[in-house]
Order: sequence, then C-alpha cells, then structure tokens
Amino acid sequence: MDITINILLTIATAATPLLIAAIGELVVERSGVLNLGVEGMMIMGAVGGFGASYLTGSPWIGLLAAIAMGAVFSLLFAVMTLSLATNQVATGLSLTLLGLGLSGMMGTSFVGQPGERLPNLDIPGLTSIPVVGRLLFGQDPIFYISIALTAAVMWFLFKTRTGLTLRSIGDSHTSAHALGIQVIRYRYLAVIFGGACAGLAGGHLSLVYTPQWVENMTAGRGWIALALVVFASWRPWRVLAGAYIFGAVWIGQLHAQAFGIPVPSQFLSSLPYLATVVVLVLISRNKRLTMMNTPASLGQPFVPDR
Amino acid sequence: MSANQDGTNLLEVRGLTKIFGTLTACDHIDLDIAKGEIHALLGENGAGKSTLVKMLFGSLEPNSGEIFWNGQAVRISSPGAAKKLGIGMVFQHFSLFEALTAAENIALSLDDGSPISSIAAKARALSYSYGLPLDPESLVGDLSVGERQRIEIIRCLLQTPQLIILDEPTSVLTPQEADKLFETLERLRSEGKSILYISHRLEEVKRICDRATVLRHGKVVGHCNPREETASSLARMMVGNEVQAVVRAPVEGIDKAQPLLEIRNLTRKPATPFSIPLKGISLNVRAGEVIGIAGVAGNGQGEFFESVSGEVLQQDAASVRIRGKDAGGLTITGRRLLGAAFVPEERLGHGAAPRMKLSENLLLSRHATDGKAFVGAGGMVKSAAIYTAAQRIIVAMDVRKSAPDPEAAALSGGNLQKFIVGRELDRRPSVMVVNQPTWGVDAGAAAHIRQALIELSRSGSAVLVISQDLDELFEISDAIAVMHNGELSKPLPIAEATFEKVGLLMGGAEPGHAEHTLETA
Repeated sequence: MDITINILLTIATAATPLLIAAIGELVVERSGVLNLGVEGMMIMGAVGGFGASYLTGSPWIGLLAAIAMGAVFSLLFAVMTLSLATNQVATGLSLTLLGLGLSGMMGTSFVGQPGERLPNLDIPGLTSIPVVGRLLFGQDPIFYISIALTAAVMWFLFKTRTGLTLRSIGDSHTSAHALGIQVIRYRYLAVIFGGACAGLAGGHLSLVYTPQWVENMTAGRGWIALALVVFASWRPWRVLAGAYIFGAVWIGQLHAQAFGIPVPSQFLSSLPYLATVVVLVLISRNKRLTMMNTPASLGQPFVPDR
Repeated sequence: MSANQDGTNLLEVRGLTKIFGTLTACDHIDLDIAKGEIHALLGENGAGKSTLVKMLFGSLEPNSGEIFWNGQAVRISSPGAAKKLGIGMVFQHFSLFEALTAAENIALSLDDGSPISSIAAKARALSYSYGLPLDPESLVGDLSVGERQRIEIIRCLLQTPQLIILDEPTSVLTPQEADKLFETLERLRSEGKSILYISHRLEEVKRICDRATVLRHGKVVGHCNPREETASSLARMMVGNEVQAVVRAPVEGIDKAQPLLEIRNLTRKPATPFSIPLKGISLNVRAGEVIGIAGVAGNGQGEFFESVSGEVLQQDAASVRIRGKDAGGLTITGRRLLGAAFVPEERLGHGAAPRMKLSENLLLSRHATDGKAFVGAGGMVKSAAIYTAAQRIIVAMDVRKSAPDPEAAALSGGNLQKFIVGRELDRRPSVMVVNQPTWGVDAGAAAHIRQALIELSRSGSAVLVISQDLDELFEISDAIAVMHNGELSKPLPIAEATFEKVGLLMGGAEPGHAEHTLETA
C-alpha cells in the first residue's frame, strides 16, 4: 500500500510542472499567440527560484521570484511579437535558446549548492488519515496551486465575459479589433500570465522536484507542455488529463526499468510520449469540437491599420 | 417617406482626408446626413467608400478634416468611441467569430456586463420584432451568409444607434433576402434613425435612398437625389465616363454541339466541419456556350471550383470529363494539358504569386502546356519568349501598370485580374472555368473581361463562370444554374431565367423538389 501511495505521489510531482506550464500556454494560445519559448521561460523560473531561495534562505521567496522571472522574461517576447510584430515562431525559439544560455550563466555559482525544499502541506489530523491523507492533504503547495489554476482557467475562459473576449481574439483578431476590443492589451496580459505560469513550473523543478540547480534541468518539459496544449485541443481538463497520463507512464516506465524488464530502455523511455499522444488523439476524434476549440488566428502577427 | 428636412444634421463631415503612403484614399470629403434619412454613398471599388466609413467608425484615423455629431465637433478615436456616440456598423466582410454562438458574438460588442442568457433573450425578441428570426444558440460557423448578416444587424440594433452604417449589405443576399432587408431599413427610418447605405448597385439605391453622395478616386463628385436620376446617369457620375455595354450574340444549334466539360454526379465530403459537401452535381458545358453558376457565397461554389480545377482530386475519375476524357484523377496540370484553363477566385496567392513578376507568373501556370515555347533544352527557361508572351497578354487585355514587367502585387486588383484572365485566354483553351471573374474589379475592366469570355465561347470553347453577381451572369450567360447548399439546379436557358426565379433557387426553394421545401421550413 505504501508503495502505491508513493508512486501516486511521484506521479503528481512529475505531472505538476507540465500541467502548470501547459495551462499558462493554453491561455496564451487561446488569445491567438504561439509562444514557443515555454522551455526558456521555465528554465529562467527554475534558476530565479533557486537563486532567490538560496540567497534569502526562504523557498517561499524563491517561489515568488520564479513567477516574477518567468513573467519578466515573457514580457520580452510580448514586446517583440505584439508591439514590433515579429514572427512568433522565430521569436519563441530564440527565447528558448536565450533562456537556456542565460540561466546557465546565471546559475554557475549555484551548481552543487544545497537547496531549500518547499515544505509539504501538513494538516494535523487530516494528513495522517490512512491512504488518502497524504494524497489529499500532504503534497507540496504547488500541487494545490496547479489544480486550482486549472479550475480557475476553465471558469475564466468559459464562464466569464473577459474569457469570452479572450477566446474571440484568438478566433479572429481582425473581427475583435473591428468591435473595438483592445487586442494587443489582452494579448500582452495573456503572454505575461503564460510566462508567470512557466516560471512557476520551473520553480517547482528547482524548489520541489529536485531542490537544487542543474544546468538544463527542465530537460524538454517546456516542449512537452507545448505539445500537450495542442493535443488537448486547447481545453483545460484535457491538459490536466494529458499531464497526468504523461506523468503516470513516465513514472511507470522508470519503475519498469528499475525492475529490469527485458524491453529496450529506449522503448520504455519513449512510452510516455506515445501514450500521451495516443490517448489525446483518441479523445479529440470529434473534428467539429476540435475545430471549434482551435484558435483560428494562432501565430498570426496582428498589426492594426490606423 | 422623405428625409426630415428641419435643418439639423445628425452627422456632418468636413474636409476629411486619409492618405496611405502615396495614395490619397479620401481627399477632402464633405458629407451631411440628416436625421431620419437613408443616405447612399456611391462609388466604384477603390473610390474610397470603405476608407471613409472606417474613419466614421473609428477604425481608421483621418489625416485631416473634421467630424460634427449633432453640431458638436467630435474625434472618433476608436470603434468604442463611435458606439458611444451612437454610430453602429454592419460590416461588408463580417466581423463575426465563427467558433462562437450568435449570442456570444452579440455579447462581445455590448459593453454592459449582463449575462449571455439575458442577451440571448433580448436578441431573440428584437430579431422577431423586426422579422429577422435568429436562433441565439446557433454556432456562427454553421449559418448561411444571410443569417450571419442578421446577427450583425441585430447586434448593431441592440446598441440603439442613431446612425447605422451598412457596407454593401446586399452583395451577399438573394434578391428576396434583400427585399426583407429593405423593409427593415424603411422601418428603422420611420423610427427616426439615419442610415448610411454604401453600395454600387444603382437600382437598389434608387429604390430606397433619399439622397446620395457619389465618390470617385477619393473625391466627392456630386450630391443628388437618386430618385430623380436614372441608373445610367448615376453610373456616369460613378465611373466618370460611359461604360461600354457587353454584347452577347445569340448562339444557335447549341443542343447539337459537343459537350467539352462534363460533370457527372460529382460528390465531395466536407473537408472541414464548416465547409459544404457537394451532393451529386451534374452539368454539361457545350462548345460555344457560357454557363453561369449563381448562388449566395458559401454554398459550395469554392468546393466545386476546387474539384473541377483539380486542386482536389476525385475518387471517381469519370465525375469530371474534359473533352471526352476522364479527368477526375488528374491534377491541375493534367487537366490543363487536356485543354482546360482555370481562374480561381483569389487573385493574390492563388491566381498569382504576389512577389513574382508577371512574366514569372505566366511561366508558373503555363510551363507544362506551353513547354516547347517557354522551356528549352535541359530545362532552361526561355526568358525572352516568356517576356514577349507576357507583353502580348498585357496589350490584348489593356493591363495598366507602372513598369514593363511589374510584380503581381504591384498591380491594382482589376488590372491583375485582367492579366490572369488574359494569361488563360492567350492559350485559347477549349474549356475555361472562372470563379468570380470580376470581383472587386472596376466597371471598365469588368466589361472588358466579360466581353473576352463571351468571345472565347463564340470561337468554340466551353465557358463556365461562377459568380455572386447576378447582373454579371445575366449579361454573359447562355444559361444559369444555381448552387445552393452543395447542390446544383438544372441550368435555366437565359430566355427563361428571371431575377425572381434565380433568386428563389438561391434561397433554396426549388419548385417540385420535396427535399428543398422541407429544408427551408
């Protein structure tokens, strides 16, 4: 029983950063902007979070620093693509490359230093309930943030007027502009929100998952988050499902490799990607629904004529 | 009926000017709109009508000039500011969101925070009271163009504007839908609202408008009462000179002529959830005739053109036959080699590569059919021969341009269209298929293109023209078929065709055809 709970807990820890980064990117893409810089913003969040926590001794300050770092870094992308209307794909890619390089440089003095881990939730009486206690009341704080964030984004996008406006901009920025909606302002806010989420996801890596700084520690998670958004056809609960499927298969194959199952390890390592793609493709078979949820103006630069 | 002439103008425009680079789109425009009148803004494509109304609606900033609203000088800096003043707009190219419902679309343009459900109820009530029934829960992507326009109108009315701007509202409607729209406009006028009605259709302007302002090349060339003018005197004001009438000689013995383009039970599944399936289309186009396909935009004309031209291949090779050979499995080049030529709807990016020279565009579409003339040994391009051919087309079609061999994007829409049509005509194709031959083309160039198509057919080719412009089809066709919801009606010989008959078919009513009557219910 204990092993099962431990596995479930590690799955949640593996899925949380993917979920947070993907939910942020989902909001960005729903506004019609394609930010391929998730990996770069994530790693900046990781180094910023670790640095602040190492220098101040408080992982909570580290958490805030991670969010701020991601947001500020995404602002660079926003200025380039929204105000200067540069190509979003190229700008996003360069943001990733810049983030990886810059974080490595900033983090040289942190390598090998011990980090502070964000404490797990511990509610006397509840956390000690057998089986479900630790699953429900004993995880790290970012886990709870990630679940609340997903619910909040779902509510925001589909139940509020502002969310409707954001989706309309993603559907057709020219129509939105003709109605007098401030397309660029909405997109700025969406991009910064996405950056903050990516930063938080990076902070999770360096403050919870492995509380230390290692160069390149995001290890492609930003790209997985990007792929999750597309395969989840831009719907929040599917992103959640995708992140957890990925996390589960990933943890599963690690255990399988540890047990020495006679299957090539390369195959096992590719399983999480395969499983996630297969499941999400299966649930997005409804073409019409996919079409309705795909932001039609995704990736197109918007220059209002004045 | 007539305008309220108590001397107060709702809107006055003085010296409004808009300059794009070297082009003065609007040059010191003066315009007065009285309360309770329908005011027409007339002009050719490119005369500056759209630029002017975009400035009135705040989407464009004027370079100079003043706007007075109820006698007060105002600056309209954004569409939001225009709405606040009481200016509403129904756009020519709809400003709707396809993936959202009608009610959500309406909610987006209202600033109050009322919930969608109450907006939906209000929209439903208002739409029925004006006789424009609307289901607020329906997804815009599923609606016909006429229904989409209803959403735009209802959305505009819910903001209780005093001035409503309608940009070419009937260009996408069947004649019957247009009648319905005119009733609504007359009712709005009787409620004291003012309407700025933009059109280049003279008959409807004569019918419903109280006054007209005519624009040409960005300048006001006259104010008039359209009811006292004739269609041809209005046209003269718009164009600046007489437009040559198109001549169509009657053809004889067409029944015995050989069909050069045969379409047999052409069926296609929808490529995307919002596109139209083609349902068993059959049509013969014989040597020597022009067949027109009418229909409201978005009823499958684009899908039909793609299938006939070979942009999309058919499963059944016999569903498209060119000069007696099965062509359903052939690509565009294959079909061209059988003697067919195609002119797509979209000029830039489809009919021509925008950043390439005219001569290069000529090579791109004809390297296979004219391989011997344009391509030499070892695949070397014969630039001189291509240049000569391009110049021949330019002279034949009277293409006006600024350089000897300019980039396609440097030409105006009308001149580029003349070149693209001329490029195909120059081959003397035995089958010619054209989609929207004169969309956005000025009257002079349009007449030239139409005459050229008629002459091609009279020299023994089969010509198929898809168009939304009924006047055009009646001018050039020997028979008109109507496309509705992916189905094609039998061609009506031009002697039997009337606007009313064709209009009913465009609306989906086919007498004696049970399925259709069910659908319209």
